[in-house]
Amino acid sequence: MYQLISLLSAWAIPVMITFIPLYAFTRKVPVYESFVEGAKDGFGTAIAIIPHLVGMLVAISVFRASGALDFLMGFISPALRGLGVPPEVLPLGLLRPLTGTGSLAYTTDLIRVHGPDSLIGMIASTIQGSTDTTLYVLTVYFGAVGVRNGRYALKVGLFSDVVGFVAAIAVCLLLFG
Amino acid sequence: MINGIWLGMIIIGFLFAAVNGRMDEFTAAVFDGAKSGVTVSFGLISVLVFWLGIMRIAEDAGLLKKIAKILGPIVAFLFPDVPKGHPAIGYILSNMSANLLGLGNAATPMGIKAMQELQKLNPDKETATPAMCTLLALNTASITLIPATLIAIRLNYNSADPAGIVGTTLAATAVATLAAIAADRFFRRMTLLRKPPKPPSAKSGSAPLAKTSLPNSSLKG
Repeated sequence: MYQLISLLSAWAIPVMITFIPLYAFTRKVPVYESFVEGAKDGFGTAIAIIPHLVGMLVAISVFRASGALDFLMGFISPALRGLGVPPEVLPLGLLRPLTGTGSLAYTTDLIRVHGPDSLIGMIASTIQGSTDTTLYVLTVYFGAVGVRNGRYALKVGLFSDVVGFVAAIAVCLLLFG
Repeated sequence: MINGIWLGMIIIGFLFAAVNGRMDEFTAAVFDGAKSGVTVSFGLISVLVFWLGIMRIAEDAGLLKKIAKILGPIVAFLFPDVPKGHPAIGYILSNMSANLLGLGNAATPMGIKAMQELQKLNPDKETATPAMCTLLALNTASITLIPATLIAIRLNYNSADPAGIVGTTLAATAVATLAAIAADRFFRRMTLLRKPPKPPSAKSGSAPLAKTSLPNSSLKG
């Protein structure tokens, strides 16, 4: 199953990039001109995201560098230690929705120190892989279209992060604990 | 909420920096953060330019409409207020399948394109529509079949079974996605109950806009 999915994963992009223009060509679409026309929007969209991303990443970066995040982590870890959850993975729950690179670095470090096949390594990998960086996704997607009021999207994203975090720990404890 | 979180992180950061004597780190962090904001955005240029070009070909060939027509019913229940056969459906489906296959590079441009299409249906350009919130819910939970980056890292650290996390990740991500969809539904309903849709006469939007808000109001009952 895994082999099949990873094969599909590897083939998906090359097949799409070959098939889409070929199909369009049979429909008499001027493929190259069409490509250039669509691609023009890419630059502007990326530039439109800059202010949003700069603002958000500055706040997150300040929050981390000041020691506030460490404090919060130290505060939460003992509270959940009693549940049989290795405290080392708990900071990931805080890092994951905030910074993709930060939580990936933290996960990599846990894997390096404790080993990829340890319980901590398994839990950390699962947490990292199971959700995306909520704040980043929100910033980029809303930033790209200039929506200021995201309504309840942030609440939903953070809620699913918490659920994903708990589910990742639970399923790993169940299988490898 | 986003205003509160943003301001909160900066103020709490300032207070902690003051107590911990980390003012220099605070300043450095500001410019580091700003720099990575620009770097990340610039990194998006290449993938956005390329994928938006490819997707335009797909759109011009009528491929997206076709996909929307064939697979549309699958997402119709998630996006009840997007008209059938609208190009947004095609982009939403492309975004979802790219996420599923773990193709982050392709998923983001398609998601952004889907947002732009949804924005065309939006009567208030500064406020997110329920459909946008649903798309974001799906993307923040980001259901993935293959966590490729992590498998690579695990391989790097000599794991006996690098792909051993595929099953656990799939389980966790499925639960997170279900939670996201459920929460999205809950909040969507809550906002509809709290703020009943304006009567059609109050809407300055054109006919198609009024039409798209129809299924929205029917959700209320």
